[in-house]
This record gives sequence, C-alpha cells and structure tokens, in this order.
Amino acid sequence: MTDWTDIGALTDIPERGARVVKTHLGCVAVFRTVNDEVFAIDDACPHKGGPLSEGIVHGRSVTCPLHNMVLRLDTGLAQGADEGAVSTYAVRVENGRIMLDTARLRRGQVA
Amino acid sequence: MTRNLIVIGAGMASGRMLEHLFETQPRVWNVTLFNAEPRGNYNRLMLSPVLAGDKTYAEIVTHDADWYESHGVTCRFGEKVLRIDREAQVVVGENGAVPYDRLVIATGSNPFMIPLPGHDLEGVIPYRDLDDTETMMALGARPGARAIVIGGGLLGLEAAAGMKAQGVDVTVIHVMGHLMERQLDEAAGYLLKKSLEEKGITVLTSANSQEILGTDGRVSGLRLDDGTEIPCDLLVMAVGIRPNVALAQEAGLAVGRGIHVDDAMVTSDANILALGECVEHQGAVFGLVAPLYDQAKVAAETLGDRPAAFTPKEVATKLKVTGCDLFSAGDFAEGEGREDIVFRDPARGVYKRLVLEGSRLIGAVMYGDTGDGAWFHGLIKDHSDVSDMRDTLIFGPAFQGGAPSDPLAAVAALPGDAEICGCNGICKSTIVDAINGGATTLSDVRAQTKASASCGTCTGLVEQVMALTLGDGFEVQTVKPMCPCTPLTHMDVRRLIKSRALKSMAAVMQECGWTTSCGCASCRPALNYYLLCDWPGEYQDDDQSRFVNERMHSNIQKDGTYSVVPRMWGGITTPDELRAIADAADKYAVQTVKVTGGQRIDLLGVKKQDLPDIWADLNAAGMVSGQAYAKGLRTVKTCVGSDHCRFGTQDSTGLGIRMEKALWGSWTPAKVKMAVSGCPRNCAESTCKDVGVICVDSGYVLHIGGAAGLHIQGTEVMCTVKTEDEVLEYTAAVVQLYREEAAYLERMYKWMDNVGLDHIIARVVTDADSRRALADRFYYAQKFMQQDPWAERTKASYRALYAPLVDLTLEAAE
Repeated sequence: MTDWTDIGALTDIPERGARVVKTHLGCVAVFRTVNDEVFAIDDACPHKGGPLSEGIVHGRSVTCPLHNMVLRLDTGLAQGADEGAVSTYAVRVENGRIMLDTARLRRGQVA
Repeated sequence: MTRNLIVIGAGMASGRMLEHLFETQPRVWNVTLFNAEPRGNYNRLMLSPVLAGDKTYAEIVTHDADWYESHGVTCRFGEKVLRIDREAQVVVGENGAVPYDRLVIATGSNPFMIPLPGHDLEGVIPYRDLDDTETMMALGARPGARAIVIGGGLLGLEAAAGMKAQGVDVTVIHVMGHLMERQLDEAAGYLLKKSLEEKGITVLTSANSQEILGTDGRVSGLRLDDGTEIPCDLLVMAVGIRPNVALAQEAGLAVGRGIHVDDAMVTSDANILALGECVEHQGAVFGLVAPLYDQAKVAAETLGDRPAAFTPKEVATKLKVTGCDLFSAGDFAEGEGREDIVFRDPARGVYKRLVLEGSRLIGAVMYGDTGDGAWFHGLIKDHSDVSDMRDTLIFGPAFQGGAPSDPLAAVAALPGDAEICGCNGICKSTIVDAINGGATTLSDVRAQTKASASCGTCTGLVEQVMALTLGDGFEVQTVKPMCPCTPLTHMDVRRLIKSRALKSMAAVMQECGWTTSCGCASCRPALNYYLLCDWPGEYQDDDQSRFVNERMHSNIQKDGTYSVVPRMWGGITTPDELRAIADAADKYAVQTVKVTGGQRIDLLGVKKQDLPDIWADLNAAGMVSGQAYAKGLRTVKTCVGSDHCRFGTQDSTGLGIRMEKALWGSWTPAKVKMAVSGCPRNCAESTCKDVGVICVDSGYVLHIGGAAGLHIQGTEVMCTVKTEDEVLEYTAAVVQLYREEAAYLERMYKWMDNVGLDHIIARVVTDADSRRALADRFYYAQKFMQQDPWAERTKASYRALYAPLVDLTLEAAE
C-alpha cells in the first residue's frame, strides 16, 4: 500500500542538496541531484548515525559529513570498501511538487 | 464522393499530414485550411537561418499557393476561427461557417510570456513566427542596437546567435546555472557558454529577471533581482511554449496540458483529430519536429480508416548555431547500474559523455565534435548491445585503435604564453625553448629559465611540459593526483586555474580533463576554495561544494546538533556580551557551555532549526560568527600585555583585536590560528600558531608555521618589525601568499615545509613591492569576504534551509 504525501516543492531543496522530513520513526533525508532527480533515504548513516542530509551530494551518491562513508541515494547501499545500508523510500516529482510515500512512516505503522 | 475535411492550423505537422493524405487518398477529401498567420506552411525550424541571414523566407516555404491550388485546398489564411460547433459539425470563422465530416485541430502552441512587470511593453516579443523573426532582423539595421533574450534554451540561443549575426549587441539571461539544462549537462553547458561568449554574446546564468523597464510605453531595459540593469531596444522572451488548446477547450473536448488524443490521434470526439504541439498523448506534450511527423502519418492513416498507432520515440537535440556543435539524446542522468564514459579534449574544446545501462547505451551528450551523434542515437533507439565495443565506444564507429585519454592533454592544450611558473613569470614557450636548446633535466630547466626554482609548486607542470617536448626520453616523477577524477595534482590545477583564467567549476573540469561529470566530495570543496581565492568578486561561492560545517556555519557534533561560537575579538568580552550569551544558552537549552582554547565561549548542543534564532539573538547583542568551523581565520589569542601586566612590553590585546578585525572572514586552505604575546614569556602561546607575534621592547617578532594538533610544530621566525601597522601588512601578506600557494587542507607549516622559509621571506620580507602587492590582494578579497554569515542566514530566504521540509509528527494521530 502506498500513501503519497505532498512534502513541498522541488525548488525548496537546493540543487545538490537535501532537506529532512521529520517522522515518528526518525528523520528522512530528501535529496535533489544536479539533474533534478529526487531520492529519499533515512537521515542516519549506518556507520555512526551521521546526518546524511548534510553531506556533499555528487552524482547519485552522498558522502556522510561525519566520517566520509559514501552511500548511493537510489539503493541506500554503502559504496567502496564500506558495508551497510539505509532504508530508501519511494518519492516522485509531479508538477514541481515532491510526493513521498509515507505509508511506512505514519504513527503506529510498523516499518 | 468527396468528404469535407477542415484543418485548423497550417503548421509543419498538419502540412505533413496533408501530403500523406493527398498521396494515399487522392481526390477523397475536400479540404479547407484555416491559418491564423496570413500565409501558408513554411519550415519553422529554418527561422533561425533566416534570422541569421543564411536563408530567405522564400527558401523555407514548404507549400506555396500553387501546391494548395493543385490539391484543391481552400485556403482561409489570416482568418480567425471563432468556434467549433460539434453538434452541427461546422467550424465558424470570421468570414462564415464551413461544414465538416472530419476536423483536424493543429493549432500548435503559444509562446509562454513570463508575467513580469512590463511584459506588455512594445518591443517585448516571443520568438515564434516569421513576424517575430522580421522584427529581430529589422533591429540589425539600426547601428548600436541592443537586445536581451530571456531564456537560454534551444530557441533563445538561436534567437541570440541570429541577432548577433545581424550585428546586434545581445545579452542572454538564463535562470538556471547552465545553458540548455534540459538537454545538456553542466560540462557541455559550460563549453556552449564559452563558444557563445567568443562570438561576442553576453551570457548571464543563474540570473533572475525582476522587471522589464520602459520609456513611453516601449521597452528600454531589464532589471535583475540583484539590481543590475541592462539596457535594450528589443526583449525576446523564449522561455517555453504552451499547447494552444483554447478552441478545443471551448468546444468541450477533453483537454489536459494539451488536447487529449489516443494512439490514433483521435480526440474525445470521434470526428475530430488533433496533432502537433497542441496535443497531449499519454501525458506527454511535444516540441520537437520528429514525433510530429510521426503523428502526421498516423493521422492521415486514421482519416483513411486504416489502423495506425503513434508511439513516441527517443529524440535527439541539435542546436542550429554556427560554431556551437552540440548533440544530446536519450537519458543522461546518473543512476544505479548506470555507467558514465567521459572523454574530454581540452585543446579542441571537446566533451563527450555516454551513459550505459547494463549492455545498452541509453544516453549521449556531446560538444565540439558531434560527428558520431547519429551513430550513437541509432544505438540508443535500437537498444543495441554495446558490450563488445564498450572500451572503444566513445571513439565512435571509425575507431581504428587510438590511444586512451592522455593525462598530458591539459598541459598540451596550453598556449605558449601560458604562465607556468608564477614566482618567476616563466611561460610555457620559454621552457620549451630551453628544452629545445638542450636542457634535458629538471635542474637544467631550472638553471636556464628559473621555472620551478622558487616555491617549486609548479614542478609537476614543468615536468609535463618536458615530457611533451622530449617525448619518451623523459620520465615524469609519479605524483599523487588531487583525487580519482583527475591525473593532475593540486598544484597543477591551481596553476592552470590562473594561467588559463578558469573561473567556474565546470571550466576547471573541462579544461583540466576531469574524468567524471561533476567531481567528487574531495575535489569539489578544493576547487571551490581555489576559485574563491583566485577570482574574488567574480566566482560565486558554491554552498553545495562545502563541507557541512562551512555550509551551516556551525560545527556539527556527533549527535547531529551544532555548536555556536561567537567571535570575541582578541579574547576580550564584556558583561553585556556574557549576559546575552547566558540568555541564549538558557533560551535554546544549550547542553554544554565551554570555554575554548581560543579564548571564547562555545555553546554546544544547539538544534539545527534553532540556529537562525540563536544567531539573531547574538547578532542583536553585537556579536558575529566566530567562524570556529572555517578553513579560515579562527582566533587571535592574546595576553593582557602592557595594559595590566608588569612584564608587558606592548599593547598585545589591542594589536590582537586589530589583527582579528583585519583578517576575519578570509577563507584559507586550512584553518589559521594566531596569537599575540606581550613579552617573550609568551603567555598567549604564539610559538605554536600559524602566525604568532611576540612583542619585545624594540618592536614585534613575527613567527610563522606553528601548529599544535596531530602534529606539534614550533614556529620559525620570519622577521622583526617596528610598528603595529607593519605587523598587519606582513601578516596580511604571508596569509595571502599561503592562500595563493598551498594545496587545499594543507596547514601553513606543511606549506612552509614544501616551499621553504627562504621563499616566504623573499616574497614577504625582502621584497617590499611583493609584500605590498600581496597585502593589497588580500584586502581586495576581504571586501567580498567580511560579511557576517550569521546575519546573512537569519534572513528569511535562508531560514527555511534550517527547518525540516515537513514535520509528519505534528499531524493528528489517525
């Protein structure tokens, strides 16, 4: 089941940047790439919980600001020699609005 | 028996449909053709060559009066269609109604005009038809005419290039960061901008129009949101098109963004078809000609009651501007399982990027050499398996075993007068001459030309020039490249930024042959610093290329909260400041209040969304950011000096405050810490700072290159000076030399190790002219740097970036 929620305009996120969505299950980082693609992943690095939304975005990857772990935005998988993964959430852009699937993020829902 | 067909709109799509119709169903249809323009079908794609003076209108007419007559088409050109009566099956024009059996709507699109103040002034036009083209051409006849084009897409650039060819002074205003962002990536956009600028067209990217200015009802200029005003005699808006659906909508047909059609090009009324730029098919609207021709064929078949279906295909884009050779096709976004193959030839201004997914080519962007575009487009359209030719794919179909990309390409591309050695002003040709004159080793070249004989940071480039000139006979020492995106070192890149006047990140990546399309987390912050340092006032700082602490202007802590450190000039504070800090700590529930080693107060554990508020409170009490997070000046630590101390020889606090006020805000390769001690007892610990001053009775001893971190390093004495003014000049000069010469993240002591103290003394102490020039450059840059980042970021436009996009926890429980 999906639950598409309008979380804001594409232009609310800086190009090659991210903003967070607060939920009962922690923060979700919503990224915008240089090609205006949008991705949503947990805002906590699998290494030491660093806020991925504050990392440098390059291509479809982000480098964690705390200890430089690199994660793919589309799969949530750690790159290079590192191991680990974060959850990804379905997100899409419709008429300039960002729609996030919040089915797994609502209160009382089990992820 | 003939049937009545009415076509509304004599454009390229309906023209092509009529050709198919008369070919496959001769003498079946009695056609009436309405057109809003007072003329028949011409090739709109060729308007740009007409504008540029390469073609005439007569040459681009596709259907002339004879053609319409010979096919029995009743032309009602220049007549407005008032309405469609679907019940009675008639089209009502200004000159009377016409009945139809079948109707084809091909009303095309309307240019979108941004509703800026002044958009209705005379002299503000779209670029759509022959009339617009003629208006632009007429401008060329006026000497000194100036035009502005809003929109850096396909059409806008063709308009700009065309008017330039007519002798008009043209400025292009584009809201995005690079031109043609829908078809090109940043690197190709940079090359395109460069070519247009070489033609004499001014291109402003990331520029927001605010108001069109006018005098006596006629356009006279444009004001941007940063206050810039650009005068003009004509303003062309080329920002996009909207399907023209008005007639269809009034007639009650199903309309979304365009007129809804099915695969057979039939609208919601079975007797009415639509095609061209006015339709919406499976959610897509159309602007390029190739799919429209496919639609024309399908519509003709449908009219003949034969089954046919329109399927959208990959389309490729080419720009019709002489000297700007670009090509783009398919999907060139990065993605999981997608691989990039990038080829750059800085000497020829060539950029090629292929995007592969598995064994298939799915996208291509090319600039400068697009000869293989059609071949790549074919591979994309046909979903060909390219795995066998993957390694050589980028070289195109004619590949005969050429060499892989050359790491020396960037240096090979340098012109002879490009400066290689900045210290001694030695250019490439001087080094080449010395080598041709018999110099075969680095020491020969150093001895004969002085290149790389001073600070030595250009050694890598000198060696590359030798390798190019001597060929295989010379072996370049292997050096550590800046990052995996380039074979060049930090120093190579810094020299090339200066010698080739590279002023944007895209320029550096292209001219230095980067192997990735937009860099990585290592090179982007370094390039951002180099560009900011070398082109003050010109280069625009890129927040997204900065590490979090510098982007947020706070230090991130391990739990994701931030620390806030207000500046305390020279370590001096007041009861009022302390009260304001205490109030802020209470108000924002600061976890820990800590006195730092740099003589100020650190408020730890501030939540991200509270940052703008706590900054605003501290700003209101007269405090600014301490930049405790910056690769820049941190603190100037002081002792109390002659004001209070019985040993103090000079006013060390006063001097420390002067130094901090002069130097704050500057970005440096790594952090810079300073101290001023009032006597040789050195209570401010000047001898382990990047720059340390020790006051003595006769003046001030200047120390440099100390550090007390991972590495403990005592300072070296640079010189002794007599006055405070001299302390400031020497300090500014040595910091500027460090800013210009060090690699990113290299502390001052490390730089001093590389270039040698003698080099620094020669540039800062012995040579007074050099010192003054360095200090002048430093203070020039400071004009752009000394703005409190807190004050800037408490403004509304920035505030949002510190808050969550949305807070789902606030929603009522379900």
